[in-house]
Amino acid sequence: MNDMKMLWQLYWAFLRIGGLTFGGGLTMLPMLKYELVEKKNWITEEELVDCYAIGQCTPGIIAVNTATFVGYKKKGVAGGIFSTLGMVTPSLVIITLVAACLENFMDNVWLQHALMGVRGIVCALMLNTVITLARKSLVDGFCCVMCGIVLLICLLTDIPTILIVVVSAICGIIWGKIREAKL
Amino acid sequence: MMQTALELFWEFFKIGLFAVGGGPATLPFLMELTKVKPWYTMEQLTNMIAISESTPGPLGLNMSTYAGFQALGLFGGLVSSFGLVLPSVIIIILIARFLDNFSQNPYVKAAFYGVRPAVTALIAAAVLGLCRVSLFVERNGNLTPAVGSVIIAVVVFGLLQVKRLKKFHPALWFLVGAVIGIVFRL
Repeated sequence: MNDMKMLWQLYWAFLRIGGLTFGGGLTMLPMLKYELVEKKNWITEEELVDCYAIGQCTPGIIAVNTATFVGYKKKGVAGGIFSTLGMVTPSLVIITLVAACLENFMDNVWLQHALMGVRGIVCALMLNTVITLARKSLVDGFCCVMCGIVLLICLLTDIPTILIVVVSAICGIIWGKIREAKL
Repeated sequence: MMQTALELFWEFFKIGLFAVGGGPATLPFLMELTKVKPWYTMEQLTNMIAISESTPGPLGLNMSTYAGFQALGLFGGLVSSFGLVLPSVIIIILIARFLDNFSQNPYVKAAFYGVRPAVTALIAAAVLGLCRVSLFVERNGNLTPAVGSVIIAVVVFGLLQVKRLKKFHPALWFLVGAVIGIVFRL
């Protein structure tokens, strides 16, 4: 009985975190800290930073990875699943509602004008995201070369994205070995 | 319908498995889907981004739910978000159970050292493609710039480089864009 209660607590905690933060990823850290460390005392701040590090270097949505990890630490596999479901619920409900409303008004002329304006904003914000990412990830020569080559490949060919991710991981490992051999 | 649901699940399972770097990293994959599946167009993807950024919840999860909804309604949203998070749940539980110090492992570090700049390039290419579709309209087979949207994009991009304006919530910018769009009848 106590187990079930804990699982629901995990579910609700992550539902609150998912429903109250915009953007995911890094913006979620203060909210996670407040809910999990300060309010519930489920994990320490160091553990949270650890969770976060793992969430960032595993594939998938960082917020979901962190939720699964914290849930698993607290209550095993079931805990991981309940936490993830909590994180998913707000997105599912809100997006479905908004999408359903929007689809109904798609023929509206005013909405179409508004969306044309929004398009420009999307482009500006996404370009800005790319620049922020580039500043963070292009830390040395290897990274710049890697980024340049992949960008050219993307613009000129139709090589599947999955293949690019896998090959670049292998390149990283080979480069690490080469550097090791040099030292 | 069952066929589409299975395809949705499989496509988003793959995205969950290979989108390294969270939300923005799903964009190149979502874009790739517009070429091979009839679920949504590039124009719709632009709207999906705007909605996903101005509603709560992780960006990648919101975009994937929206994509599933476009394909198959409420059920589609359920299937795609389930497909997206399943690899995460499996991988994280395996790591938590069997691998201590996963993020400190030299091989993991080396692999990520290679993946990070590649993902930046993937996202950059996706965003360039997105700008091409959003800021240019096809007329008689020629691409002509949608002047209003281009001006908004350039001006707002410039404003975003100002430190104080960077903190503004994306939803606020979208609101500004929507008002301008209505006032000038873009």
